[in-house]
Amino acid sequence: MRNVYLDYSATTPVKEEVLKEMIPYFTEKFGNPSSLYDKGLESKDAVTHAREQVADLINAKPSEVYFTAGGTESDNWALFGTAEKLKSKGNHIITTKIEHHAILHSCAYLEKEGYEVTYLDIDKDGRISLKQLEEAITDKTILISIMLVNNEIGTVQPIKEAAAIAKKHGVLFHTDAVQGLGNVDIDVKDMGVDMMSMSSHKIYGPKGSGALYIRKGVVIDNYLHGGAQENRRRAGTENLTGIVGFGKAAELAKANFKGHVEHCSSLRNYLKDRIISEIPDTYVNGTMENRHPGNLNITFKYIEGESILLLLNQFGISVSTGSACSSTSLEPSHVLTALGVPVEMIHGTVRFTVGDFTTKEDIDYVVDNLKKIVARLREISSVNSKKGW
Amino acid sequence: MALYNDIVMDHFLNPKNVGEIDNPDGTGIYGSPVCGDMMQIQIKVEGETITDAKFKTFGCGSAIASSSMATSMIIGKTIEEALEITNKQIIDELGGLPPVKVHCSVLADKAIKNAIYDYAQKNNKYYKALEGYDPEADEDDEHGEVEE
Ligand SMILES: Cc1ncc(COP(=O)(O)O)c(C=O)c1O
Ligand code: FES
Repeated sequence: MRNVYLDYSATTPVKEEVLKEMIPYFTEKFGNPSSLYDKGLESKDAVTHAREQVADLINAKPSEVYFTAGGTESDNWALFGTAEKLKSKGNHIITTKIEHHAILHSCAYLEKEGYEVTYLDIDKDGRISLKQLEEAITDKTILISIMLVNNEIGTVQPIKEAAAIAKKHGVLFHTDAVQGLGNVDIDVKDMGVDMMSMSSHKIYGPKGSGALYIRKGVVIDNYLHGGAQENRRRAGTENLTGIVGFGKAAELAKANFKGHVEHCSSLRNYLKDRIISEIPDTYVNGTMENRHPGNLNITFKYIEGESILLLLNQFGISVSTGSACSSTSLEPSHVLTALGVPVEMIHGTVRFTVGDFTTKEDIDYVVDNLKKIVARLREISSVNSKKGW
Repeated sequence: MALYNDIVMDHFLNPKNVGEIDNPDGTGIYGSPVCGDMMQIQIKVEGETITDAKFKTFGCGSAIASSSMATSMIIGKTIEEALEITNKQIIDELGGLPPVKVHCSVLADKAIKNAIYDYAQKNNKYYKALEGYDPEADEDDEHGEVEE
């Protein structure tokens, strides 16, 4: 059976070139980067090199890149580190309703600790209002955290403009760029952000590896306490292979950026055009303008997403869904809810994300099977266009 | 490990009794208050025996499998026997459901009871098991513990 992976926003395979770089650091080059003999220095050099590769991708100085265990840790560090550091200044944080749970659940925790959090709305296109952002700022605001690219609907937020507003009011600005890295232009200097979260496994690097960019001069509390690694700001023996792999993946992301974006967006658009024209009662969620090049989020009316996912899986096709039925909490996607999509429509949403290894034949295979699957589930469904909901 | 066991997958992939009955003797519709899905079950009754049952379901894999199993279980049973079926029995026949999916079997159980209730109302029949029965009641206390 054919295998078609269309969930590149969930994670990506490690590229051969990346794996090749990593392998020696498991075996012969295993030294601890903190050790003073050659075997340690060799590892330290590898970490230094990877830091340059990541810095290069985002136009930062290498000294502004701190390696972490991934996007989640970077988000947690930015939030808790800032909250703790600036608690004498204020207790108010501004974020959005559509952040990843790494931000939302950290904010919920901070609320229990007495912090106040404002969650910005998004409009029908999936974007925040800069006016609402500016109006939300008070003299107690210590941090604004707005994601660069949303993981479900792929919409890109106006980070440069939002960061300028933060700066005007003297508030620190963090962005979760986990989905944006390698997929949209990122220049931390031009964007004017103070902190930015990144993750390796979304850009064809290994899992459990990532980084937090902290602009020179920005001081937040540490989150992990222990040894003197990462310039005394993030303790713990370095995830050497993870860091080397992340560095190589970042280098490739920079070198292939244009080709990657063109490849993904043309296949994504082809997938969208075929679905919309060949399957009735289907809708795109979020605007197609200024969107993650590989992301497509579609509602198939009158049917439920987990059923679609399971049937696609029978054909070797991997996708994800925002349906309530597929989440452990039985809550519909908070992103689609914020977008104003009615619950019964959220039920039938599927997220497709294409990536570097997707081919046109893959897309044809998916659409051909999808047509049959949707027709079949609509036959089984108790709701339809004639009966209504 | 797969989300569902083989029996559930089989009833999901090859559901039995999909569709609608012409001139049904009873129609039951029930929506799940937990996740917002909907199921319709129709029955044909001869004497006191359910001779046919069909379903239409807007819901997850486990809701479709539960509908298929539940309709299969009531065909050939008397009304009294069908009324005794619990969602627990539907789950057992399916070889188990993940805890978070238990309420999908409640959906099937309620849709059956509602179809019989409709039949009883239309035909002025009395069944002890339906005494005080509320077709709209939100029965979601069967909902399993959720582990994150
Ligand atoms: C927007 C966003 N932030 C954070 C994360 C978490 O990253 P990680 O899996 O590296 O912890 C993800 C990954 O799912 C994400 O999409
Ligand atoms: S019908 Fe929604 S979880 Fe089963």
